[in-house]
Amino acid sequence: MTAVGRVAPGTPGTRAAGRRHPAWAAAGIVALCASVAVAVTIGPADIGVGDVWSVVVAHLGGGTTDVTPIRDGIVWDLRLPRTLLAAVCGAGLAVCGAVLQSLLRNPLADPFVLGVSSGASTGAVLVVVLGVGGGALSVSGGAFAGAVCSFALVMLLSHSLGGTTDRVILAGVAAMQLFSALTSFVVMTAADAETTRGVLFWLLGSLGGAGWTDVWTGAGVLVLVLAVCLGYARTLDAFAFGQDAAATLGVRVTRTRLVLLCATALLTATLVASVGAIGFVGLVLPHAVRALTGPGHAGLLPVCALAGAVFLVWVDTLARTVLEPQEVPVGVVTSLIGVPAFVLVLYRTRRAR
Amino acid sequence: MTLRAERVSRAAGGRLILDGVNLSPRPGAMTGLLGPNGSGKSTLLRLLAGVLAPASGAVTLDGRPLDRMGRRDVARRVAVVEQQADTQVELTVLDVVRLGRIPHRRAWAPASAVDEEAVAEALARTHLTGQADRLWHTLSGGERQRVQIARALAQRPRELLLDEPTNHLDIQHQLDVLALVAALPTTSVVALHDLNLAAMYCDHLVVLSEGRVVASGGPAEVLTVDLVAEVYGVRAEVAGTGPGGRPHVRFLGTLTGGPTGG
Repeated sequence: MTAVGRVAPGTPGTRAAGRRHPAWAAAGIVALCASVAVAVTIGPADIGVGDVWSVVVAHLGGGTTDVTPIRDGIVWDLRLPRTLLAAVCGAGLAVCGAVLQSLLRNPLADPFVLGVSSGASTGAVLVVVLGVGGGALSVSGGAFAGAVCSFALVMLLSHSLGGTTDRVILAGVAAMQLFSALTSFVVMTAADAETTRGVLFWLLGSLGGAGWTDVWTGAGVLVLVLAVCLGYARTLDAFAFGQDAAATLGVRVTRTRLVLLCATALLTATLVASVGAIGFVGLVLPHAVRALTGPGHAGLLPVCALAGAVFLVWVDTLARTVLEPQEVPVGVVTSLIGVPAFVLVLYRTRRAR
Repeated sequence: MTLRAERVSRAAGGRLILDGVNLSPRPGAMTGLLGPNGSGKSTLLRLLAGVLAPASGAVTLDGRPLDRMGRRDVARRVAVVEQQADTQVELTVLDVVRLGRIPHRRAWAPASAVDEEAVAEALARTHLTGQADRLWHTLSGGERQRVQIARALAQRPRELLLDEPTNHLDIQHQLDVLALVAALPTTSVVALHDLNLAAMYCDHLVVLSEGRVVASGGPAEVLTVDLVAEVYGVRAEVAGTGPGGRPHVRFLGTLTGGPTGG
């Protein structure tokens, strides 16, 4: 490859062609490991990185630790699963957002555009407030079931409305409104003040109840869905000029859309079921990462996952420490921090049209 | 052998858009597709590209029905340039041209030397080599159309379909785009509105009216006063005064009225 001329980088209206996704990915991995290690040490109980390390080594079968059992519990049962779940959720939401924005050709698309989060909240509220499932169904189980129902409704609706991308978005909006109304109805008519508070906290997103089961389930689904999306990376590139253009580039549009919508909905439903609807990460992170890596999905998706993970680890750390001992819902903090960051990204990438 | 449409029909909303159309573009030549708005030009191109399936009849590529070939296999042979393409994604010229290699690449595999060579060749052919790093949204309409043609060429197609590629372009860019396509060794089918541009650049013309082929042949055979009156409802003079003695159409007004009256 020689003949392609280069305009000097920095010339207005150009972009340096040599993009550095491997560099960004490597930086992301280092930042993620460091973030998790440091975030676990932050909190009311004073625990150092060395203590964390010895607890982790001990639990992985590498000898004993001289850390007290209480501190061992704080690290292994509370902070570590919580921090790792934050990383998994951040990664998953950012990847889903990036995929949906490209697939639906809408910069405002986020993981909840398919109605998954509102369906999940209805499912959770039905379990918590009305006791649907008679105790056999956990809150997460109810939320997941609700998310799946809502996604199925969106797919059915959009299919019967003609199946084009704008129909998918409109069907998602319809489902979102319907399930939000159902949630409000149940809460207002049947819940007492205490339950309402709990439900509200869950709706805004919280990593407070994180356990190892959530971490493993989330991580498993994340790896699976990320692999599927990376397999479709070039196909997603082909959607830049719309679905007809993608079809003439050899993409089987209907099948691709079905696979990617189902994959992202599965991941979103899994994450929402364990931590509630954490907004903003899936909407904004992909835009910020695109500014770094360029639009190619083979580079964009992995860096999105890493950036989302690092972002949510720190936001959750802030959420649980800033008003100690009270906890701020992490969804509130993502937006409070995210909005100025988003404006900054838009400002830096603004251009004369 | 190349791309052929055999008695293809297609209806939309209970109305026949195409009604038993035959089309067999000559290999290596440029075929112009003419006809008023709604005559079925775009639909025919979409059938030829395999994006739409005919309700009856068949589109074949080297004798094989298009709907029995994989989408990727079709995309390696047939490239399409749409009327107007736009994107929200921040792409450079090079990014757009590289999209043309998608049908040739497997998932996960990095770009090969052949891919890069095809991209460089497409850029050179469209005189875009020095502009590879410019951003799509900073390009003019004519430049965008040239980039789309480069993307199509990067597919290394043997058949190229263009749907009114000169729409919204100034006259210099209209001539530029059509001269570029005419100089290609590929078999091309171009839907056009401008009869004189079609006469200047196309080797062969096919005229559609209400979903049927009403005339086909060389420009001089097809572009007659009677045809223009019948198909477009327009009075015209046709003279052999175009470049290379090709026909030139001068419009005098509509049949029902117009500047010079009845």
